Amino acid sequence: MNLGMALLSTLIFPGLVYALPAGWLMRWMERKVIARFQRRIGPPFFQPFFDFIKLLSKTGVLRPGLEGLLMAFWPVLAATSLTVALGLLPVFPKAGGFAGDLVLLVGLLELPSICSVLAGFTSRSLFGEIGSVREAVLSIAYNLAFLMAMVAIAVDARTLQLSGLAAAPFSVGRGLALLAILLCLPAKLHLNPFSQPNAEQEIYAGPLTEYGGPQLGLWELVHSLEWVALTGLFTSLILPRTGHWLIDALLFVAVSLLLVCLLATLAAGTARLKIAQAVRFYIRWGFIIAALALIAAYILPGRGL
Amino acid sequence: MNLLENLIIQSRRRSPWLYHVNSGSCNGCDIELIACLTPRYDVEQLGICLQGSPRHADILVISGPVTRNSLEALQTVCAQVLEPKVVVALGSCPASCNVFAGSPVVVGPLERYILVDVYVPGCPPRPDAIIEGIARAVAILAGKPARQTEKEAVR
Repeated sequence: MNLGMALLSTLIFPGLVYALPAGWLMRWMERKVIARFQRRIGPPFFQPFFDFIKLLSKTGVLRPGLEGLLMAFWPVLAATSLTVALGLLPVFPKAGGFAGDLVLLVGLLELPSICSVLAGFTSRSLFGEIGSVREAVLSIAYNLAFLMAMVAIAVDARTLQLSGLAAAPFSVGRGLALLAILLCLPAKLHLNPFSQPNAEQEIYAGPLTEYGGPQLGLWELVHSLEWVALTGLFTSLILPRTGHWLIDALLFVAVSLLLVCLLATLAAGTARLKIAQAVRFYIRWGFIIAALALIAAYILPGRGL
Repeated sequence: MNLLENLIIQSRRRSPWLYHVNSGSCNGCDIELIACLTPRYDVEQLGICLQGSPRHADILVISGPVTRNSLEALQTVCAQVLEPKVVVALGSCPASCNVFAGSPVVVGPLERYILVDVYVPGCPPRPDAIIEGIARAVAILAGKPARQTEKEAVR
């Protein structure tokens, strides 16, 4: 991957120029699908965009000293790491990448969750701390399955390079690993059965309780980018490649949006679990599926590259 | 510059987030406010959201005659809402203490402590009245006199 390609993918597609509007579109689709399931009309099309602009135009909270600096720093760090992660997504396997970029991508996708845990503790609000603890516990539970599934996919294709992973043929281990990743997506996006960390009304707003104004706007942005990055990761791993860049890109967008509808349907159809139930679910089912995927990847590997 | 200002006014008008405080209300008004979110009235189509934290809100909706115990919390919450903000007094209680007037634990009406922008009278007010009150509050948020933009505010 040369510098030009890296900049192009980080800034244009699937990076910022694509991810900003796509993130807003996905947030809108999520809210709209949930509203339609409840027989409501739901928010207008530009709602997430107007929410974002309004938050930026509000006054912020002035906090003195290190606390203020850190609270401003966490959303910026999370947004930056997600932007770089978007640039790494293997939408076009032929574009290259570098050896071991899978490890970087997994780390970058994990940073926003760590940032929000730290943000809750930095704010020193009781509800922020409760939200942070829930987020930390939940992320340990689902990451067990998520990381194991990523390892299974890497073992299956015998490479740590994302372009190799995306181009690898389908096999049993890969299918099981993708299923485990799909199970982890609602928790990573804080969607309904696993919305314990930001449980609205129950613990106010979780880790973001003390945030307001432009910094909250940045967190909204982080959440939109998270939608694009995580659905994008899953999509780029299941997508068949035609070799033509335009068709590949359009397929990528279409399947991502389909996945958003699926996740929103799940969110509309379920209620929030208790934190212990959610952890048990991931330790049990996520772990079993990911472990089976890893075993299958060792015994019946795909052809690899 | 003008474009930016217009965009900000538009976005304030289209995405008012509410925070609801109960300061000794009998729950009648609170139920009617929640009714606005249900499929029959569905205020989300106007971009209105009920938020969990006062820091996230633009419009503070206060119900109840203001009891002695809740006054300090009420003032704290009101200070936590970031500018620009609008205060809506929900029901007859914050305006006049209603049937609770004269009680030793009631220190209202609300106007003694907090500047109120919009009153929604009624015991309890109907959801239609609440939505109209919020629309007036939105017009104030967007920086225009309430009476002129009353219709525009509901798009």
